[in-house]
Amino acid sequence: MPSAGPVGTAPLLSVQDLKVHFHIGGGLLSRRRAAVLKAVDGVTFDLRPGETLGLVGESGCGKSTLGRAVLRLLPTAAGRVVWLGQDLALLSHEAMRQKRQQMQIVFQDPLAALNPRMTVGDIIAEPMKTFQPNLPATETKKRVQEIMAKVGLLPNQINRYPHEFSGGQCQRIGIARAMINSPQLIVCDEPVSALDVSIQAQIVNLLMDLQRDMGMALIFISHNLSVVRHISHRIMVLYLGRVAELADRDELYRNPRHPYTQALISAVPIPDPDVERSRRRVVLTGDLPSPLKPPSGCTFRTRCPKATELCAREVPPLETIGRGHEVACHHWDQQ
Amino acid sequence: MAAIANADLPVLDVNGLETTFSTPEGEVKAVNGVSFQVRAGEAVGVVGESGSGKSQIFMSIMGLLASNGRARGSVKFKGTEILGQPPSKLNKIRGVRMSMIFQDPMTSLNPYLTVARQMTEVLVEHKGMSMAEARKASIALLDRVQIPEAAQRFDMYPHEFSGGMRQRVMIAMALLCQPELLIADEPTTALDVTVQAQILELIGGLRRDFNMALTLITHDMGVIAGMCDRVMVMYGGRVVEAAPAGKLFHDPQHPYSAGLLRSMPRLDETMHDRLTTIAGQPPNLQRLPSGCAFRDRCDYRMEICATELPPLRGIAPERSKACHLQAL
Repeated sequence: MPSAGPVGTAPLLSVQDLKVHFHIGGGLLSRRRAAVLKAVDGVTFDLRPGETLGLVGESGCGKSTLGRAVLRLLPTAAGRVVWLGQDLALLSHEAMRQKRQQMQIVFQDPLAALNPRMTVGDIIAEPMKTFQPNLPATETKKRVQEIMAKVGLLPNQINRYPHEFSGGQCQRIGIARAMINSPQLIVCDEPVSALDVSIQAQIVNLLMDLQRDMGMALIFISHNLSVVRHISHRIMVLYLGRVAELADRDELYRNPRHPYTQALISAVPIPDPDVERSRRRVVLTGDLPSPLKPPSGCTFRTRCPKATELCAREVPPLETIGRGHEVACHHWDQQ
Repeated sequence: MAAIANADLPVLDVNGLETTFSTPEGEVKAVNGVSFQVRAGEAVGVVGESGSGKSQIFMSIMGLLASNGRARGSVKFKGTEILGQPPSKLNKIRGVRMSMIFQDPMTSLNPYLTVARQMTEVLVEHKGMSMAEARKASIALLDRVQIPEAAQRFDMYPHEFSGGMRQRVMIAMALLCQPELLIADEPTTALDVTVQAQILELIGGLRRDFNMALTLITHDMGVIAGMCDRVMVMYGGRVVEAAPAGKLFHDPQHPYSAGLLRSMPRLDETMHDRLTTIAGQPPNLQRLPSGCAFRDRCDYRMEICATELPPLRGIAPERSKACHLQAL
């Protein structure tokens, strides 16, 4: 069970006004001018050691891009990613490479993320061999088997290949590979979305147990709000590359202030016919606008039940409205 | 008299359905003796994990099995046997009185034809309408499924619509002939939650307006809770529990249904304890274990579970389960 999360410690990671822009089209033979897709457009947050931050939002909101940009797997257009007080952009290539031991990623499609021609043992050992090339083979094997046992794999499966495992087990292999260097941060990009319901619970429990034992921080990206609520200490809601709302887990679900958060929460079906049929639902009209042509002002205004003329004119700033509760809406204080 | 008797007939009456696929690795038993009925206007949910056979039941019913698949048993639509019938006969029922929608709208929309062409074709072919009538009726239906500016978009191609809108177009196409039964196979799984809420509300409204029966195939118990009167839980190609929705959610009687419900984190939960899990993996349909397919993962397994297949038996009015355990 996650506690309120460690409080008062210096942040492990500090992301400041981060922007990731993609240039679309405009190739050599194209007559169209290159358009700029602002996938992440000015995101700021801190992550404390041992904390889980949930990133939610609909497809195309920039949650995966943000996760990758934080790990510097994507070039950023502006902003800073500060790791334990050090700006990662200022590090040399080699210094950044060394830092990567501390930050890992787990992907959505567990089988696609594993090299089919490598044995499970080699897959899990690879990050360790990269950083400690002189480690004796016996020691490598010992550590791989230890981590396999920890993630619920049988150590005697070390010489098997990924295709011999089910989706849930492949995800355990991916988690073992991410854990082998005892990192301080793991970005989990939709780690349970491709799994069956009964297997999802196994992986969620595993991540929470590992965090309790080894103390790494998690950035948990998912479109499944129920899972995010279960695993996270704090939750960030993204809409078209911007932070709509950021708050502690219980605060966000008890007292959502952004109309988008309210709509998201009310749209999640609850497996109880009595509750489900008597709920009042905020049904949004329309789809997510094209991120290539976002609306002026507040990008959510085209689907927002509270939108006014002010929303079309001015981008709402991210305001702190309570302890650790930030929201970007001109009308957050209206019921 | 005949008309009255006909009105009492279930829309769909499935008896002892078995679906097998022959593969290079041997025979795969996807559906193993499934029987159920869907009554007029009723909404039945079918839940199960991947490989539980939930989709293949309805692919068999619609005559849409892959070429290596074979279905045996009986499927009656309003009293008429439809299993194994030639396409000429089947086409008088499927797409007309019984339609199916899928998770990915592009599996049922032709990318090379405009929406107008695909919709009017159905009405001209099945209802004998003129082109002008068919256009009018199709646009009216697109309006009904809330496609904005339907008349202007009518002559566009499927790729020019967003994902949520394509789903609406597919639903409109399935409803063109006002079917008595709509089979929805994971209709909202690929959609974002806010769009899912729109589509589910739409399907619910259409069901009431047209008094249409609905079978909703999904892995999401939450979706079932809001939409369905009755639920069938599938495991290893069999129905393991069938019950009215309220009963299943509040008092599941099969260990698998109970486990599924407990393993899902709920948005309205107040505790953040460890999730209850179902140990192990879903079974391999090529090598189903003897006896009960769920026994290896079951907390209540007994000796008899390994030797005898538990039959689906009635345990209360409208309720049945396939488990040797007397009560959970």
